[in-house]
Amino acid sequence: MLPLLRRDLTLATRAGGGFGLAVAFFLILCALVPFGVGPDSAALRPIAPGILWLGALLACLLSLDRIFALDHEDGSLDLLATAPIPLEGVVAVKALAHWLTTGLPLVAAAPLFGLLLQLPAAATPWLLASLVIGTPALSMLGAFGAAITVGLRRGGLLLSLLVLPLYVPTLIFGTEAIRRGLEGGSPATPLLFLGGISAAVVALVPFAAAAALRVNLR
Amino acid sequence: MSIWEYANPVKFMRASGAILPWAVAGAVACTLGGVAWGFLTPDDYRQGATVKIVFLHVPAAMMAINIWVMMLAASLIWLIRRHHVSALAARAAAPIGAVMTLIALATGAIWGQPMWGTWWEWDPRLTSFLILFLFYAGYIALWSAIEDPDSAADLTGVLCLVGSVFALLSRYAVLFWNQGLHQGASLSVAPGERMSAVYRYPLYLSMLGFLLLFLALLLIRTRTEIRRRRLAALIARETRP
Amino acid sequence: MIELGKYAGTVLAAYGISAVLLVGLVWHSVAANARARRDLERQEGDG
Repeated sequence: MLPLLRRDLTLATRAGGGFGLAVAFFLILCALVPFGVGPDSAALRPIAPGILWLGALLACLLSLDRIFALDHEDGSLDLLATAPIPLEGVVAVKALAHWLTTGLPLVAAAPLFGLLLQLPAAATPWLLASLVIGTPALSMLGAFGAAITVGLRRGGLLLSLLVLPLYVPTLIFGTEAIRRGLEGGSPATPLLFLGGISAAVVALVPFAAAAALRVNLR
Repeated sequence: MSIWEYANPVKFMRASGAILPWAVAGAVACTLGGVAWGFLTPDDYRQGATVKIVFLHVPAAMMAINIWVMMLAASLIWLIRRHHVSALAARAAAPIGAVMTLIALATGAIWGQPMWGTWWEWDPRLTSFLILFLFYAGYIALWSAIEDPDSAADLTGVLCLVGSVFALLSRYAVLFWNQGLHQGASLSVAPGERMSAVYRYPLYLSMLGFLLLFLALLLIRTRTEIRRRRLAALIARETRP
Repeated sequence: MIELGKYAGTVLAAYGISAVLLVGLVWHSVAANARARRDLERQEGDG
């Protein structure tokens, strides 16, 4: 499984791999919001956590179809399916590679882009914590959506329709943690829920995604 | 003779053909009767005439959830026992569920306008139904996107499974996010919270009507799917060299 | 005619929209079923 992870990371980071595109999209989104909402910092501050989470979520969504599509096209996915490692493991490794190349850079960039949106400094730790805990679930659920739509020619739009409703609980608990952290409430409850969702998703969704992959490779 | 006999498409067609006229008659009688009876109920002292919307809103909302549960059961039966009728029934049920969700949302919004002073309130139940509608939309879109019928049945079945967990999870997440101003359960058994009998009986009748309406539509749509599948099989057999 | 008072528009709109949606659904189901039956009969008649 480690060689697979190394291969996916290499493929994603070398030229043409699309590494950094998600962060660039995230930056553009954060730069566009003030044009839509107005430059007033009093208007931006309360919506900043939500915008940052939404931006991270959409940036993550954009790169999802790459998880399996390229491997499906050149046939390496069929090889992986017959490889001695279980397909569930392949799915988990691919989701992990997606998280390392997309989720982690987004988490690292979020505090910086928070400055653009007048996010209060006190919220930064909560922003980082909620994103670190929540984004693995985004990658894993995205891998599930990508596994379902891998054989389809116009899967991109369908993928977002399938995956975005699954992101609702993560988004709710993620932004709620920041909001509670800012208001001096207890962000522990939403963070625990977020962690619970991520842990359950990482543990169980690979089975569903592998089942979907097997159907598509039939 | 077990219930699985009816998983045979030919048996299903025969049995559903026999039940269908009764289901249609019951659905028409109970739905029209229940809704008309509800329409003629006296005004509520707080809600005025808007209480009449309940006889559409509550049955539609109930069916919106129950149809998803039925789809989950049908998907499980397909995934475990590979009965084609079950997969086709799940497919046939989805548009009915989506329309029921839409009715619940629309009547809720129309009722909310004079009551809450706004068309849309991010109330937990309204929000949950909006999310449920998105799940229906994704499920229907996935069915129509995949050409191979067995793959489509498998993939939508898996989606229904995962979607059910997340629909439930979203329900609690939304509750956590906003406590809301929706009234409690309409048919609460707790004394004092109960609806008066004037409203309760027409509501029961119209709930029964919506249930029968779903049954009738489900039978019709499943028969359509079976016929389409058979047609596709015949054409495939003919074009084969 | 039953008296609906100041909420007449609200109640009638709710009933109207529900009726439109339900009739549309029923019409679609019945029409699709009739089409499938016709196509199938034609196909079986040919073969």
